[in-house]
Amino acid sequence: MARRPFNLLWLQSGGCGGCTLSLIGAEGPDLLTTFAAAGIEVLWHPSLSVETGWSAIAIMHKVVSGEIPLDILCLEGSVMRGPNGTGRFHMLAGTERPVMDWISDLAAVAGHVVAVGSCAAFGGITAAGANHVEACGLAYDGAERGGLLGHGFLARSGLPVINVAGCPIHPDWLTEALHQIAAGRFDRSHIDEWERPVSYTNHLVHHGCSRNEFYEFKASAERLCDLGCMMENLGCKGTQARADCNIRPWNGSGSCIDGGYPCINCTSPGFEEPGHSFTATPKVSGIPVGLPTDMPKAWFVALAALSKAATPVRLKTNATADHVAVPPQDKRKRRP
Amino acid sequence: MSRLIVGPFNRVEGDLEVKLDVEDCAVRSAQVVSPLYRGFERILQGKQPQEALVYAPRICGICSVSQSVAAARALGEAQGLGVAENGRLAIDLIHAAENVADHLTHFYLFFMPDFARDAYAGQPWHEVAATRFRALTGTAAEQALPARAQLMHMMGILAGHWPHTLGIRPGGSTRAVTANEQARMAGIVSAFRRFLERVLFADTLERVASLSSADELAAWCMEKPAPSGDFRHFLSISDALGLDGTGRAGRLFMSYGAYHAAGGHLFRRGLWRAGRSAPLDASLIAEDTANAWYAESSGPLPPAAGETLPGDGTGKGYTWCKAPRLDGEAAEVGAIARQLVDGQPLIRDLVGSGSGNVHARIVARILEIALVVMAMERWIQDLRPNGRFCDHAAMPDDCEGAGLTEAARGSLGHWLKVESGRIANYQIIAPTTWNFSPRDGAGNPGPLEIALEGAAVRPGETEPLAVQHIVRSFDPCMVCTVH
Repeated sequence: MARRPFNLLWLQSGGCGGCTLSLIGAEGPDLLTTFAAAGIEVLWHPSLSVETGWSAIAIMHKVVSGEIPLDILCLEGSVMRGPNGTGRFHMLAGTERPVMDWISDLAAVAGHVVAVGSCAAFGGITAAGANHVEACGLAYDGAERGGLLGHGFLARSGLPVINVAGCPIHPDWLTEALHQIAAGRFDRSHIDEWERPVSYTNHLVHHGCSRNEFYEFKASAERLCDLGCMMENLGCKGTQARADCNIRPWNGSGSCIDGGYPCINCTSPGFEEPGHSFTATPKVSGIPVGLPTDMPKAWFVALAALSKAATPVRLKTNATADHVAVPPQDKRKRRP
Repeated sequence: MSRLIVGPFNRVEGDLEVKLDVEDCAVRSAQVVSPLYRGFERILQGKQPQEALVYAPRICGICSVSQSVAAARALGEAQGLGVAENGRLAIDLIHAAENVADHLTHFYLFFMPDFARDAYAGQPWHEVAATRFRALTGTAAEQALPARAQLMHMMGILAGHWPHTLGIRPGGSTRAVTANEQARMAGIVSAFRRFLERVLFADTLERVASLSSADELAAWCMEKPAPSGDFRHFLSISDALGLDGTGRAGRLFMSYGAYHAAGGHLFRRGLWRAGRSAPLDASLIAEDTANAWYAESSGPLPPAAGETLPGDGTGKGYTWCKAPRLDGEAAEVGAIARQLVDGQPLIRDLVGSGSGNVHARIVARILEIALVVMAMERWIQDLRPNGRFCDHAAMPDDCEGAGLTEAARGSLGHWLKVESGRIANYQIIAPTTWNFSPRDGAGNPGPLEIALEGAAVRPGETEPLAVQHIVRSFDPCMVCTVH
């Protein structure tokens, strides 16, 4: 017998809507086909559903009362607790009630709770600066445990909030997790130390980076649009950031680094306030402060010095050019 | 008199509530409420100026590139930096891909599904429209989403990804393209043209762009049966419902000028006031907070001297949206304004010396898809793959700049002030800040508030259909509105 479709309710709060917009760019297959394939029925989504006003609120009331069992609650955007803990920086339209209170009520009855994007997971961009709007994530306030629901929160399924972090998310990061959840095949072994799906955080952005050869020889870009490695001078965190952006292409073929600008580690809690310019590498005595993940400092310094000394002219030249100035050359035959 | 509160008003970007006073089956007056405040203008204070390029696009996930372009232009003006010509073309292409995708998303996902509502059952056109446009299950989205996603492959080549690129800089773009990528982009846009010509228009882009009057549009519509092409489908429904008579706002339209390649604008800058062109003096723009939840100011402030001091969301006022005014007047912005200002004959004929309406707003947006895609084809050919894409310059410690551009939804401005190397003030006025502004200190309502007056409310309606069509005809972006 076919099982009841898994239903999904999506709320947006203190964010930009960009994760939804990224999501509707899903390909192979498209989003609606993906939902159908996973057996997911959209109970309500702010951008996709027909229900507006009272008919939307009625759905939420029925979910909270238990009349409609809720399988997956997705939150996109930060939880807005300000000003002074009142939540009045975001009242749910038509209800005179803070969105944070709706989120608490809905999370309490949800089978799974999914934070879509770094805002919903950790607070994200909305929590930047002095965070005078008191933005936080569902189970984290930046890197601190807590958030709106408290770090001990478990959804009905027994799983904590699943943090599909990213700014924005790659559509596949979410659709794969949702598909696994709906199939009953998503458990604790599928999340990392920040409860992010390991499907993408078992990788570093460095994996598959098209600038790896420049990295190997420490042939560094000096200005944005140069072809060289952006770690030494331009703030790139690809060797530390946890995501598969250079293995799983964005919008057909891209990634931040392929686009000519550094990885800003957007899947990490607190990425919004790195403590330095996003496009400049902080250094102590000329050595970058953020070393590659798992790399001992002495090794890095020694290898960097060695590889810099051995940098081929081709890489040295191309690193500070915006087009390939010196192409690879086959020793057996010169170019005309 | 009774009051209706409509919210959450979905299939718009972000959160919206509309309060309606209803009398004799019509809206007598409306208040538009933007219920979310995040405070980007305060986040940016004290940061290094170029950091705006990380934060600004994240104001909005649907107008992300527009926010980047406005920020880059403000920074560039402050630096006194010009844009490398290739970079200008690349940025226009990135921006155009976003704007065209936004128009498409609005039409297929946000606007048309309302005609599939059961409330229209019994209308002769309903069954076909419902099959085609029903939210989540209609056949149209199945075709439009893959076409949109494939168009966004332009972003994968030119901008790393979408939304939230860091590749748009004051002096150009960070991604130089190669000759083979130029060829690939031509292919991507050709494929999108094919979708438009087969699915949206059932005709060539050139033919659609050549329609120059309401009569020509009506004759074109009659050439084929109504559901031949989704645009024709809309026109026939719009005709049946008389959407050209609903949602009339003011008679002042504004455009900052769109797309900057070759030093000029693809769509020119200026005003259209009651059937006449006029120049735009952006120094006359000021924001009024009389009915918004901010600290009292001495009066409307020009954005270069603007302030953002949020209150606690109670007391005087009814929204987090400030009220921008041009020399005290509310202006409507968006595709309709851009095309009126630019002199596009069909849109000028549809509006005449009067105000905008639901029908004309949708036609302007769909027409703009055709015009912009044809421009994209030219810009791709104009790229010089071996040339420079980005120029660089230092940022002075003390400087000011304004970045004006056109997002899909209309005029977007960033005003930046740098002191001692840090951002001293950053103010943003977004398109829907104009369109969905509250009453100002003089009591003048914003464009949507005017457009809703007189909207039909049928007995028993809690979310009147006419109100929904009118609100969505503006394609509001609420996350930009308050930011």
